[in-house]
Amino acid sequence: MLEISGNKGLVAFASLFALTAGCGGGEAGSGAAGGDQAAAGVVVEHPVDAATAGSVSGTVAFSGDVPTPAAIDMSDEPSCQEETGGTAVSESVLVGSEGGLANVFVYVKEGLDSSLEFPTGDPVVLDQKGCTYLPHVVGLSMGQQLTVRNSDEVLHNINATPTENRGFNRSQPQVGMEFETSFPTPEVMIPIRCDVHGWMDAYVGVTPHPYHAVSDANGVFAMDRLPPGDYLLEAWHELYGTTTQSVTVEQGGTTSVTFEFNEAMAGQPVPMGPVLVVDHTTGTMHRTIPRL
Amino acid sequence: MGTRALVMAAYLLLPLPLAAQETDNENPAGKVVYDRWCAGCHGTDGRGEGPGALTMLPRPRDFTRALYQVRTTGSGELPTDDDIMHVINVGMPGTAMPGWEDLLSSQEREDLVTYLKSMSRFFNSSPPPAQLEFSNAPRVSDDRIAEGAEIYEQVECSKCHGRSGRADGPSAPTQKDDSDLPIYPANLTQNWRFNGGGTVEDIYRVLRTGLDGTPMPTFSDLIDAGVITDDQLWNLAHYVRSLSPEESPRIREVITAANVGDGEGGLPTSPTDERWETVDKFYIPLVGQIVVKPRWFNPRVQNLWVQALHDSADVAMLVSWSDPSRSPNEEWAPFAQQIVEAMGPKDEGSTWAPGAPDQLVVQFPLTLPTGMERPYFLQGDARRPAYLWSWRSDHDRAVEMVARGLGTGQEQPASSQQVSAEAAWADGEWRVLFRRSLATPDSTSDLQMPRATVVPVAFQAWDGNNGEAGNQAAVSTWYFLALEEPVPVTVLITPLAAFLLTAVLGLVVVTRAQRREKEIPGRN
Repeated sequence: MLEISGNKGLVAFASLFALTAGCGGGEAGSGAAGGDQAAAGVVVEHPVDAATAGSVSGTVAFSGDVPTPAAIDMSDEPSCQEETGGTAVSESVLVGSEGGLANVFVYVKEGLDSSLEFPTGDPVVLDQKGCTYLPHVVGLSMGQQLTVRNSDEVLHNINATPTENRGFNRSQPQVGMEFETSFPTPEVMIPIRCDVHGWMDAYVGVTPHPYHAVSDANGVFAMDRLPPGDYLLEAWHELYGTTTQSVTVEQGGTTSVTFEFNEAMAGQPVPMGPVLVVDHTTGTMHRTIPRL
Repeated sequence: MGTRALVMAAYLLLPLPLAAQETDNENPAGKVVYDRWCAGCHGTDGRGEGPGALTMLPRPRDFTRALYQVRTTGSGELPTDDDIMHVINVGMPGTAMPGWEDLLSSQEREDLVTYLKSMSRFFNSSPPPAQLEFSNAPRVSDDRIAEGAEIYEQVECSKCHGRSGRADGPSAPTQKDDSDLPIYPANLTQNWRFNGGGTVEDIYRVLRTGLDGTPMPTFSDLIDAGVITDDQLWNLAHYVRSLSPEESPRIREVITAANVGDGEGGLPTSPTDERWETVDKFYIPLVGQIVVKPRWFNPRVQNLWVQALHDSADVAMLVSWSDPSRSPNEEWAPFAQQIVEAMGPKDEGSTWAPGAPDQLVVQFPLTLPTGMERPYFLQGDARRPAYLWSWRSDHDRAVEMVARGLGTGQEQPASSQQVSAEAAWADGEWRVLFRRSLATPDSTSDLQMPRATVVPVAFQAWDGNNGEAGNQAAVSTWYFLALEEPVPVTVLITPLAAFLLTAVLGLVVVTRAQRREKEIPGRN
C-alpha cells in the first residue's frame, strides 16, 4: 500500500514538483546559511568532484521475530479509509520480505570536512494522503525547502516539534493546500505529527550536508558523491534508536555497509527531543537531550 | 493593594542595590524577581521543572525552548516583548499561571521579560519577531454567527472541540502537548477559562497565531490560500464567542428552589424536560481535592450548574456539567492512564483503574444545623456526619449514604433508599436529575427538609476518563438550597393597595392645596 521511496526517487519527484511550486523562501529558515542561498538566488556548486568521489550502498537488516504492525482504525475519516482500502497499519516497524527494515534514516555523522559548503538541494515534498504522511521519514539538508501538502479532503494540522530549530503548527483543512518551510539548524530527528489523527506521524532528519538517505521497503539505501575517506555513519529508527558503522570510501568505489537492528533494541532512548522523564519516586523531571 | 504598597515601600528603601543589580551580568535584576516568584513552578533554570510543576497539567512553560502560546506573531515565531508582558500581567486563565500586574512593579515585570528572553538562545540568534497584522473586529450579528457556525464545521474545529464546543470531538482522546503529556482542547462554552483570553479579539488572535506547544494550529494559512476571507475568520471568532454566556457566570451562595405548586404538571421528571430551560441556573465552581491524600491537582469538572424546584412534597434538583466523555469508555482509557502517570501515582496513591465511572455527590448535613456550624466540607466528620446523594454513571442510579469523612460513605439499605436519579449524557454534557420527598420515613439517616427552610448543600464530581477515582475528585464549598414557599396572594395585593391608597391620598392633598392657592388672593 505504501511505497517507501529512496532518497533519490524522492528528490527526483520533488524536482518535478518544484517546477510548479516555484521557489518560496522558507520562512522558518530565514537567517540560515542554507536558507539564504535559495532566497538570495546564490548557486553553490557541489564542492565534490564526481570523478574523484565514491559511494556507499547499504542495507538495514532486522533480526528476530518481526512484530506485526498494528492496524489503524480510520473509520472516523471515511475518505482516508477509502484511500487506504481500510488496511492501514502503523508504520513504526515495517520489515520487508527479505528482512530489511524500512524508514531508517542513515547519515554521515563524522568524518566529513566541515569546511565544505553544499548546495541546499531541490525541494522535497511531504504529502498527506489517506491520513498518512508520505514519506514517513524525510531527509533534508539544512536550509533545503520542504513543501508540505494536503492531498486529503479532511483537516490536517502539521505540528513540528524540533528543539534545535523553531517548530510550527499549521492547519490545512482543504485539499490542495501547501506551504514551504525549511530548517536552518542540523537536527536528528524532528518529529512531525497531526493532532487530528493520532496515528499520523513523520520524522525529518536535517544534516549539514547532503549525505543522508532513508531505507526503502527492502531496507536498502545509497549515498553518492562522497569524498574518499573514513566516515562514521549513523542509522536512526523511531523505535529502535541508533546504531553506527565505520566505513572507508575509496575513489570510484562503492562501499557496502549493513546496519543491524533487532527486537531487543526497542525501548532504548531514541535521540529526539525533548523526551520528558518524570521520576515520581524522587519527584523530579528531566529531559533526554538529543545530540547530533 | 497591600502588596503593592509593600513593593513600593521596598523600592523607596532599596533604590541603590536594585540599580546595581541591573548592571550586574551575573545577577541581573530580572533574576531576583524570577527566583522569588517564578522558579517555584518554572524552575531556577527556566526549564519548567520547578518543585510545583508535577502538580500541574499542562506543565509550566520551558523558557529555554522559547515556545509561547499567547503571541501576536506567526506560528513558531518568537513572541514580542509586549506578548510576554501581557501574559505576565494577566496570567493564563484555566491554568495555574496567575496574573502579576498587581503584585510586581512595572520595572520588575520589564526586568522579568528581559530575563526570560535571556533563557533561550533563540532570542539571540533570531531577528526580532514581526507582529501579524490584525484587522478590527466587525460588529457581531446573527448572520455573522450563523456563517461562523458553518465555517466551524467547514474547517473541522469540531474534530477536537466537538460539535457543541465542549471539547468532545473524536480526536480529543489522543491530544498531547509539546511535553508529550495529555491535554484537552478548550471547552468553547466557557470563555472565562480560555488561556489566551475570552474576548472575540482574543479568539481571532488565537485563530491567527495558534497556541504553540499545544495541538492548536494557526489558521492564518486559510486566508493566504483563499479558503476563507479574514472577514469570515472573524465570523468564526464571533461564533466561538457566542458559545459562551455574554457575561462570565456569577457565584450566588443561595440556590433557590421555586415552589411550582400543583400547576403545570408538577415537577419535571426528566433531565431533558424543556421546562428546565426557564428555571434559574446557579453556577458552582469546583476545585481539586487537595486536603486528604491522595490529593487531586487536575480536576476535569471545573464547574457545575444547579437548578432546583419543589412542590411542597418533593424536591427536584438538576445538576449539569461539561464532561467530554461518558465514563468508562475504552477510547479514553489510555488518556486516563497517561493523566494518572503524569500526576504521580506513587507518592499520592491513585486508586484509579480502567472502568472508573463518572460520579457526582450532592452533599447535605445529616441534620439541619441550628447555628452557623456545618459539617466539614469534605463529607463531614465523626461529630457532624454528612448525608449524601451519590450517583455513578456505571450503575446509572443514585443512592443515599451517610459519611463521616471523605470516602467513608455507607450506602443505606435498599429498603430505605429514598432518592432517585435520572441521567442523560449528550454533546459533552451530563444532566443528572435527583428527586426525593422533602420528608422521609427514616428521619435518623435522611436529612429532613421542612418547608420554607434553607439547607446547606455542597458538590463533588469525578471524571473517570480523566483518571479520577476515590478521593481524587473536584469539590465545592458549602452553598445553600432555599426551598421557597409560594407567594400568598395577600403579599402581592398588599403593596398594590398601599400604592393606590398613597396615590389617592396624595391626589387629595395636592388638589386641596391647589384649591387653597386659588382662594388666596395676592399670590402670583
